[in-house]
This record gives sequence, structure tokens and C-alpha cells, in this order.
Amino acid sequence: MIVPALSRRRILQIATAAAAVIPLLPAEEAQAAILQTRATMEAWADTMVPGERRYAGDKVVLGATPGPGAVQAGAWKLYNDPDVGLGPLLPALAALIDTEAITYAAGHGKVVLGFVELTFKERTAVAQKLLGGPPGPVQLVWYALAAMPILAFHTAGHLDTATAVRDGHPGLTWLGFPQPDDDGIWRFPDFSYRRALARTHPRTTATGHPA
Amino acid sequence: MSLTEKTDVLVIGSGFGGAIPAYNLAAGGAKVTILERGPELGAADFTQSLEIGGYTRIVDLIQGNGIQVVAGNCVGGSSVVYFAASLRAPSFVFNRRGSTDHRLWPRAISRRTLDPWYDRVEETLPVAHQTWDDVPYAGGLFAAACRNAGHTCNPVPLAVDLDRCTNCNWMLNGCRFDAKRSMLLNYLPAARAHGAEVRPLHEVQLITKALTPGYRYQVDYTVVNPNDYRIPAGVGSIEAKIVIVAAGTMGTPVILRRSAATLGKIPGAVGKYFSPNGDRVSMAVMDERRIRDVLRLEREPGVAYDAFPIGKPIGSMSYDYLNGQLPEFERFGLQQIYFPAITNILPEDGTPGAPDWFGVDKKLLAKKWRSWLTLLALTEDDNEGKWGALPPTGNFIRVASSAVISSLSYHPNAHTLRGFAASDAALRAIVEKDGLGQHLDWTGGQPVLSAHPLASCRMGDDPATSALTADHQLRGHPGLFVTDGSAVPTSLTVNPSLTIAALAERASPGIAAAARAVGISVVGDVPPPGR
Repeated sequence: MIVPALSRRRILQIATAAAAVIPLLPAEEAQAAILQTRATMEAWADTMVPGERRYAGDKVVLGATPGPGAVQAGAWKLYNDPDVGLGPLLPALAALIDTEAITYAAGHGKVVLGFVELTFKERTAVAQKLLGGPPGPVQLVWYALAAMPILAFHTAGHLDTATAVRDGHPGLTWLGFPQPDDDGIWRFPDFSYRRALARTHPRTTATGHPA
Repeated sequence: MSLTEKTDVLVIGSGFGGAIPAYNLAAGGAKVTILERGPELGAADFTQSLEIGGYTRIVDLIQGNGIQVVAGNCVGGSSVVYFAASLRAPSFVFNRRGSTDHRLWPRAISRRTLDPWYDRVEETLPVAHQTWDDVPYAGGLFAAACRNAGHTCNPVPLAVDLDRCTNCNWMLNGCRFDAKRSMLLNYLPAARAHGAEVRPLHEVQLITKALTPGYRYQVDYTVVNPNDYRIPAGVGSIEAKIVIVAAGTMGTPVILRRSAATLGKIPGAVGKYFSPNGDRVSMAVMDERRIRDVLRLEREPGVAYDAFPIGKPIGSMSYDYLNGQLPEFERFGLQQIYFPAITNILPEDGTPGAPDWFGVDKKLLAKKWRSWLTLLALTEDDNEGKWGALPPTGNFIRVASSAVISSLSYHPNAHTLRGFAASDAALRAIVEKDGLGQHLDWTGGQPVLSAHPLASCRMGDDPATSALTADHQLRGHPGLFVTDGSAVPTSLTVNPSLTIAALAERASPGIAAAARAVGISVVGDVPPPGR
């Protein structure tokens, strides 16, 4: 093994300490650290809801499916949403994902520097390993990291929904989320087939309840 | 005499379980104070948006071990965010034994004895009886699929003003049209009209014994910051002659167990025997062409269904398995229900091979979102849930605005799993008959998702397995009552709000009698709000 078998707690401590010194780094190095965090987290988001490459040679979004994915839907913004509360932890969590990726690659005879360098299939395997751990606080953290890109894609959780739908948010458009009325409010005057579609239960009470 | 603030009746929580006795006691003449953990919002505040920071102010997504629970966190409690299905529990439910050798409900309570209280709640909310003209497309589709498979299906009674309802499908966010009949529109304004005071953002921490003669209990609370519930903004205490704990199934046992150190011994059933109401969520991805060809449904020319997000969330339900002749754990309600996209993490993609709930195949499943049909089986579980270590403050550890972690653990046993399997098979037979659709699991992440937590401080006749007597009083603590979902002894096979409300109505005259016994001038027989 290239990477010594550290406990998750120890890795988290190291990564948190590393994150804490980012503000102390020279500007260029701090910027690189933030970019590294973003690349890892967006690669993770692309594993949850994959999207097409944004440009030729895109190394973060790997194009596993046609159409936009969680990255295009705004996963990075949701990760950093103050109401979500994950922002300060992201450098540490990205470091953990990278560490897991390095370990995984080493176990398969490959040397990488982080999660971004894995293939889509390898990224999926790493994500499955992290998400498949025993129930407990650590697993909940991974679950939260998985939930955010899915929420970014399926709900545009960082945006007002009416605005997002009108602006063609990629995820809501993919779902076929309905457009609101002109005032930004949803109403459906046509909502029912308006005909009896089954016999009701013979022992239904006069007010519609089971007996 | 201490300088601590005083009231006759202190109510903790303002949902169904708190608002109803609060009204009855206030209308009867008592001085009533309600402490509510969440903020107070009204129709003008409720948004139609999935933006985090909006609905998350009033909905808690509670992460336990093996279970996720959704619950309200605002004045009006879960009545503000519920989907308004208002069903009476079938008669057999009250005779349930679970895996014990005795009846779990008090002998004094049956469907027949509860019916007058159901009547009163239905009149007050009020509950509307949907016709097929009121049932949205998704409910109509489920009904047609039931018929196709040889089953009956009923429109679901709803606490909704059908004339005001716009079928917008935003019930989880609170109703901006005041069509959904929450506690904000009936019991709470009626209680206030009789002098009851509601204090939002007051999170109760502890119940202790009062120092002032004539007052039994002191309730200590923290005022929380309206913009971040994790930040305290003040503290206080109130002494009361009667205390009604209705902090919700997820809150009540935590408050009571924390209070054991100051109140003295509390029953062992507090924080045990939790039930998720047997909730078993699943879905089907439906085939539009088969819906048209087999069921002959068409909502507009050339469009058979394509309507998952349209309508009221709950439209129809099959009562066919609500049959008291069937063995316990094999009886369940089968309901069509819309789940907002915030739960889209949960469906599995139905393709062979992992991953099941994220990745390429899951994204492709989302492309058919408008053809989804989400389903809820309300089964009979075996009350397997229990709480672990108490959080330092409040009801759970709040990680973010609505993301909280509870020490509740829930792991379904073989009985419950038998009900899950039977209801899965029943739904699969309905939605897959003649190729109408593909039935899919909703087990991404946690195995159990419940919007109907119950029984964490349940009543019963057996002191070993229940915390409350049949009059909702905490054993060994006179004048301390529990009237929320935590008091309901077992899962109900229907949505529980109407039963929680009926039990709270039933408990109210007894609470008034207890109040009179400690010198409060209050009558127990008051007309329902609005009459």
C-alpha cells in the first residue's frame, strides 16, 4: 500500500488542519487548494448525477450520459449554500475523497493524485465504498455529500424554483418540471380525469372511511 | 411565592396534539400558554419553492439510525406541512397485539368509542369527501390500475377546502391559498380568541417540580434565534398547574427522559416502542402507451398521464387489505401519494447491478419523472424503535436549518418485514399487471422513511409496555398529560392525523377534570370551534 492505513478520524483531523491553513497560504497556493477542492467535489457530484462534458478535454465531468448533470445544475453552489452548512468542511471532505481514491487506485496498480484522475467506473466504485459503510455519523456525512448534487439536479435547491424553471435549469428541465403561471405561482385547473375509475370498497362508511 | 411566570395550563407544542386540548381548555375557562419550538408563518409566508432556506424553516428532516423521519417545525406543527389525508383507523387496529400477548390499545378505546371524537374533528377541520371529480390524475391512474387488477379503490377524505384548492401540489411548503385545513385555521385561532397565548421559537428543555404551592410543574425553555435555531436568544421558565406535552413523537420522549432527573422516575416505555406507522414507500414508473391502451385513460389528446406533479398529493387508496379477517402484519392500506422532488434521492433505478440510487441509470429514470407514480403502503409494524443517548439540548442535534440527527434507531423485525413484503407484492401486482409499469424500491440511503412517527410515549393498560394511562396521563405524574402522536399505541394502517386529533379531543374533558381538581375554574364540555 502506498498510503498508510489511517483511521478516518485521523484523516479528518489532518485534512481539517490542512484546510485551516489555506487562508495563511500565499494567494496563488490558496487559490490552487480551493480549485482542487472544487474539482474533487464536482467530480463526486458528476458521479452522483453524471453529465455531458462541458468542453473538450473536461476532466471533471466525464460525459457518462448525454445531457447536463449535477455539475451543470449547480452542485458546487449548493455545497457552499450557507443554509446547507457544509461549506467549511469541504476542503477536509474533498481530501478524504482524494485519499480514498489514491488508496483505491493503488490497490489496482495505478498511481493517481486524486479522485478526478479516476475513470467514471472507478469513481463509482470509490463512491459505493464510502456510501456503503456501516451506519453512523461517518456514513451520514457521505450521505449528505451524495444528497447535495442530487438535490441540485432534482430541485435546484440553491435557487427559487419558479425562477429556475423559467431560466431552464438543467435538472428541472430534465425532469419536465411544470412551468408556473405568469405570477410565478403554480395552479392546475385541469387536474383530474373527472370520472369514476374504480369501484369503491363495499364496506366504506357513509363518510368515505374504512370500516 | 416565586417570581417565576405562571399559567394554569402549559401546552408544549402547537400541532394537532397541542392545539386541540389548548382550545378546549381555553374555551372552558383556563389560562392557557402554548410554547412552540418553531416559527409562526401564515399563508402569505408560504412559498412554492424547493430552495433550501424556505421550506426548510418549517420542515425537519430527521436522520436516525435505520430511519428517516419528516416532521413539522412551526406553529401548527405537522398540520401545516401534512398532506391532509383524514382517515379513521379501521376497527381491527384497536385490537392489535403486535408480537405481545395482550391488546396494545387501552380497553376503553375502540373505533366505536372513538367515532364521536372523529365526528367532532371532521366537523371542525373540516374534512371534505373527494368525489372522483376531485381526485387528481395520479390518484385516478392508481384507481384505474386497481380496477384493472380486480381491486377496489376509494377517493381519500381530505382536510382541504376543495373550492379554494388550486391543485398546485405544494402542500409540504404550507398552503399559500389557506385551502389546507391546518391548525392555523381552526383550533389555534379559536384558542387565541379564548385568551390562549402562543409563543413561537420557544424550545422546551426540561420539566421540573414547581416551587410555588398549588403549581405542580415548572417548564424551562430556550428562546431560539429565528434565523438559526441552533443559536439561543434567551431562556425562561413558567410554572403551571397542568402540563400537556405535545412536542410531537420525535420531541416528547426526549423532553420527558431529560426531565426524569428532576421529576423522578418516568415509565420505561418513554422513548421506546416507536412506530413509523408501518410506512413503506415505493414507486412505479408507468408506461404511457399501456396506460392509454389498457386503462383507456387520456387527459388531453394524445396524453395518457404525464402528470405526476399535478394535483393534491393524496388522491386515492385501496382498502382491500384493511380486512380484520387477515392475520396481523398482513393488513395494510395502499395509497397513491406524491412525494416532492426533495425525496428523489430515494428511488432505486430498477436496473440490474449497483449502484441502485445514483449514477447513470438513476438519471435516466429521472427523465421519466412525469410518468412516476409514488405509492405508500401503511402497514402494521411491531413498534421496534427506541431512543439512545439524549442530545444536550432540544429534541435532536441540529446540523443545519432542517437537517437534524436523532438517536432514534429503528430496525424492522421479521413481522414488520413480512408486512413490507406482502404490501410490496400487492402493489407490484397492481402496477405491473398488463405491463402498466415497473414497481421500484425506495431504499436509497436508509431502509425506512416515515412521515407518520408514532408511539414513543404510548398509552395502554399494561404499565410494563405503556407510558400513559387511557386518559393520556403519564404514569406516576399526576397533571402531566401527553396528547400527540407519541401517545398512539400502534401503527394505524391509515394516515394518523385524524386519529391523533380525535384522541386529543377525547382526552380534553379528562384534562379539564384534572384541572378542576387542582382549583382551576374550567368546564370540560365546550362546543367545537366555530359552532
